Amino acid sequence: MLQIKNLHAGIEGKEILRGINLEINPGEVHAIMGPNGSGKSTLSSVIAGNETYKVTEGDVILDGKSILDLSPDQRAHKGIFLSFQYPVEIPGVTTTNFIKTAINAKRKALGLDDFPAKEMLKMIREKADLLEMDRKFLSRSLNEGFSGGEKKRNEIFQMAMLEPKLSILDETDSGLDIDALKIVANGVNKLKSKDNATIVITHYQRLLDYIVPDFVHVLYNGKIIKSGGKELAFELEEKGYDWLK
Amino acid sequence: MDLKEKLVAAFIAFENRDHIDIDSSVHDIRYKAIGNFENKGFPTKKDEEWKYTSLKPVLKYDYSIFPSIENNIELQEVKKYFLHEIESYKIVFVDGVYSSFLSTTTHEEADICLLSAALKKPKYKIIIDHYFDKAADNADSITSLNTAFAKEGAFIHIPKNTILEKPIQLLFFSTGKETEMMLNPRNLIIVGENSHVQIFERHQSLSENVVLTNSVTEIFAHKRAIINYYKVQNDNKNASLIDHTYIKQKDNSIASVNTFSFGGKLTRNNITVFHEGENLTTNLNGVTIIGDKQHVDNHTLIHHQKENGESFELYKGIYDGTATGVFNGKVIVDPEAQKTNAFQQNDNILIGKRSSINAKPQLEIFADDVKCSHGCTIGELDDKAMFYLQSRGIPEKEAKALLLFAFGNEVIEKIKIPALKSRIIKLIAEKLNVEMGFEM
Repeated sequence: MLQIKNLHAGIEGKEILRGINLEINPGEVHAIMGPNGSGKSTLSSVIAGNETYKVTEGDVILDGKSILDLSPDQRAHKGIFLSFQYPVEIPGVTTTNFIKTAINAKRKALGLDDFPAKEMLKMIREKADLLEMDRKFLSRSLNEGFSGGEKKRNEIFQMAMLEPKLSILDETDSGLDIDALKIVANGVNKLKSKDNATIVITHYQRLLDYIVPDFVHVLYNGKIIKSGGKELAFELEEKGYDWLK
Repeated sequence: MDLKEKLVAAFIAFENRDHIDIDSSVHDIRYKAIGNFENKGFPTKKDEEWKYTSLKPVLKYDYSIFPSIENNIELQEVKKYFLHEIESYKIVFVDGVYSSFLSTTTHEEADICLLSAALKKPKYKIIIDHYFDKAADNADSITSLNTAFAKEGAFIHIPKNTILEKPIQLLFFSTGKETEMMLNPRNLIIVGENSHVQIFERHQSLSENVVLTNSVTEIFAHKRAIINYYKVQNDNKNASLIDHTYIKQKDNSIASVNTFSFGGKLTRNNITVFHEGENLTTNLNGVTIIGDKQHVDNHTLIHHQKENGESFELYKGIYDGTATGVFNGKVIVDPEAQKTNAFQQNDNILIGKRSSINAKPQLEIFADDVKCSHGCTIGELDDKAMFYLQSRGIPEKEAKALLLFAFGNEVIEKIKIPALKSRIIKLIAEKLNVEMGFEM
């Protein structure tokens, strides 16, 4: 599904990713772990198309085609979804209107008519219930005044609505207490299928108790220095990152 | 002959022609006004109030002041400028001349008719003597110019205890049959005790020819009256508007003016409010969305003269291209006006790299027990927010429009006529060049 080949990228001339190679197949969950500053968030931003970062070498291929020339919205239309580490507050746009606009924008790009309003509302309610979201958040301005946990839950709600092929969860566990973490993880697990894939980016092993990865990769200084099964996460939790350097 | 001289000469012809019809007190007012205009002339950038708005580009034309022929237009041609979805009263002018064909006036629940008729008919003499030119500030030379030529416009007199269900639409069309035309419409609006009214005003040029409209509206709100006034400014690129709205409010009245400025070459909105009673409220709101070389100047003055008055101002501006904006919000609180609450906020987004805004709050507070605040922000579109929206599949143009709409929505939400609200939303989508409904 997704192939990352010798990816080099940076910001303002400073190289952050120094040759990443990764292959992700449908149905898989990959965890990317690493200390602060190792390039985890840069990798997720580059896959999603954030133009702040410049790709200097290598390629990102989705379903056999390079996506590097595509804008973030075009990548979203192809099924990429990024759950933000710090979701942005958008005053004046309600969560409901936002998600409607997003879904219909994708449908338009695919040459489809707008999603029928009534069915949309039904789907919004179902997905909000799945995430045990208070419905009042749906009519509030997107993320405005939400707690850290509410913002993260809203991210997964959007993911549930958009039904992406490849979801990247960037530090989704930060800001969540254990109960919210379980609800969010449960939501992610329910959305998993044999056709979609998930990249879980995290600093700690905690989230991986609930979203169990098939593969764990250690990112350090812009490179994947070790890959393994889920047991690698436990090892990292026990020994830290120093033994790998 | 420069424009000033031409206007003064035209005045003589105008007065001679109109002499028989109109009461002498109105003549006196006009003569005084033209004298004042002749003395002061048009304001220049040396005038403090005109520092950031130059009239030079609109005064260089050889305007005709009166149409040489009466111009008729077909309803079909102008239907889109009306709020035709709802029942309303309409007072419509074409090149400064009343169009009975396009209008729906009344003398039943209220007088909703023509100023020219009110100035002529003896039965309105008491009202005219009491109100006409009693709120307008003739120290202002442009207002004087309008007063000198004051003849045609809307006359609205709502007796006490009348809740007018139907809004009133005031439409001023110019056909462009004269290549360069100046219009001086004058409106007089009196709202009696406990009465409610909603008014929608629009100046619209039907050609690309040069038009300068110098409009003056006087509004008197009696005790507990409620006025909601909407100004929709989306004129053609060669049309300019200088608009003065003078409001006098009595005890417990609420006056709201919402100004939506999307079009035109140069637009100057002056709103001056006098608080002549206690416990009253003034709301002044505006959304400006302009681009290219457009210029919009919102100049407000709220004069708190009595106790327990409130005023709220919220102006939002979006500037693209080389567009320029001005916000000047003056608030005067007299020593007697204790317990005044006066809040003012002006937020701006500059999209065009060479667009600009000059914002100036002016608070002159002479009472000690008051709450007054003002705030001004100038920003750009947030890159992080743009990426966030785009990452959800919303294309750049639409994401930008969504953020800009959201920015202005706080004001749009205040529109109390649903048909007008959807019209404004449509105009904004057009202005931002997107096909979106912005259901919020």
